[in-house]
Amino acid sequence: MENSLLQYSFILKGLLGAVFASITAGLAGTYIVSRKMVFLSGGISHASFGGIGLGFFAGINPIIGAAVFSIFSALGIEYLSVRQKIREDSAIGILWAFGMATGIIFIYLTPGYAPNLMSYLFGSILTVTTADIIALGIMSVILILYFGIFYRTILYISFDEDFARTYSPYVNVFKYLTTSFIALTIVLNIRMTGVVLVISLLTIPPNIAMLFTREYNKIVIWAIIAGFAGIITGYATSYFLGIPTGATIIFTLVILWIIVKTVIRFSSVRKINPGEKQ
Amino acid sequence: MPDWLVSMKSLSVAYNGKVVLSDINFTIRKNDFIGVIGPNGGGKTTLLKTILGIVHPFRGSIEFNEGIEASKLIGYLPQISTGDLNYPLTVKDVILSGLMIRKKLVSRMSETDRQKAEKVMSELGLSGLSSALLKDLSGGQQQRVFLGRAIIGDPGLLLLDEPGTFVDANFENDFYEKLRDLNRKMAILMVSHDIGTISAYIKSFACVNRTLHYHPSSEITNENLLAYGCPIQLVTHGDVPHTVLKIH
Repeated sequence: MENSLLQYSFILKGLLGAVFASITAGLAGTYIVSRKMVFLSGGISHASFGGIGLGFFAGINPIIGAAVFSIFSALGIEYLSVRQKIREDSAIGILWAFGMATGIIFIYLTPGYAPNLMSYLFGSILTVTTADIIALGIMSVILILYFGIFYRTILYISFDEDFARTYSPYVNVFKYLTTSFIALTIVLNIRMTGVVLVISLLTIPPNIAMLFTREYNKIVIWAIIAGFAGIITGYATSYFLGIPTGATIIFTLVILWIIVKTVIRFSSVRKINPGEKQ
Repeated sequence: MPDWLVSMKSLSVAYNGKVVLSDINFTIRKNDFIGVIGPNGGGKTTLLKTILGIVHPFRGSIEFNEGIEASKLIGYLPQISTGDLNYPLTVKDVILSGLMIRKKLVSRMSETDRQKAEKVMSELGLSGLSSALLKDLSGGQQQRVFLGRAIIGDPGLLLLDEPGTFVDANFENDFYEKLRDLNRKMAILMVSHDIGTISAYIKSFACVNRTLHYHPSSEITNENLLAYGCPIQLVTHGDVPHTVLKIH
């Protein structure tokens, strides 16, 4: 009885986690891939590790520490690149390493037992709490509303910022707001795949979608579908084989990308359903 | 009804702490077609940005006719490089973005807007390309898409920044002919290096080199270039492509 209940909660957690992770990653991922912000997002996710370490040290929820760290580093990088005071890629590189170093030092300084580093670096489904799933669910709703309501405004700003400035005084507001949402999305997905792998969760699904579709809104939808297929398959595989979940999810997504690419290459069919590839 | 659109009085603009435009007195009239010439760094683009309201003068004034806000009156074709040509946005969506000026933050495109976009596309010879992406198009077609974005809102004034830069030679004449058509409906202010080509189409020209001299005739002669102290690049055509640099 207890065993089946545990199993049920594990499946439910996995299913809901997969739905919310694929929605948030699909929306945020299509934005960062289209705007060529993948490296920036990699920097944000690694910088957030400093917040995780600080969280442990201060005895607060490490994810809250990570959220604060990632939002500030994201806004900092956007600000510096808008001002053009520093080369953006250098700023990202510095922040990337600084966050990791800070995280390691704080975790080392934390008295008592050493928290499980691996679960934050590479993700662990066992550490995902109900609160994490709820947070990810709320983030999904926020992102759907945000992108749904301001679709054209967000798209046109990232397509041609200079032109957008000729008609809108809110260009910077939207840039900073969207970047903050991206940072939060990254942090909330860290539980799934870890600091090191989370960037692939955002970038692989839109890249699968872009293999067979070209318009922004369609890329988002197919990225969510591809993401869900990859996450759920990876999740199940990791459960049955007893291997790490985060790594298995990313591995599955890459395999999915290769399969779709190969199928498109060797068939005249341009549109295929990535969900059928399992 | 007054025949002016934009009027600048004793206008001075600084950029990064440096005065780029100084004491400009300039009026843009309805239906004028003004070629803006002058050296690089002379303030041509800053002049456009001042009219668009992106850059603000530290001295003097700029006024717009009929109480219409600057942005609603003006169409803008920036140098083509400002848009990301690899962005997953269709031709129709790019053209529709020219209507964002009149839209609130939360707004959708209506059926009328979409029909208007189709009409602009057919006028510019882009019919059938509405769901193509920019990267699929030739340089000339891309330029027409951006022109479509600038004119879809029926502006009273069209600002063009170096439109010749990325246009292929085959399309160049078509492009200027199209501008001549548009000039029946709107005034045009066009920044260009290629005064050789544009002199056939413009009605007047302005030489911008920190100061601005307006010349209400399309004839660009040595004398008036010299008089305005305007160093200029003259492009001529011959068997061997060559550039003649005018000495002052």
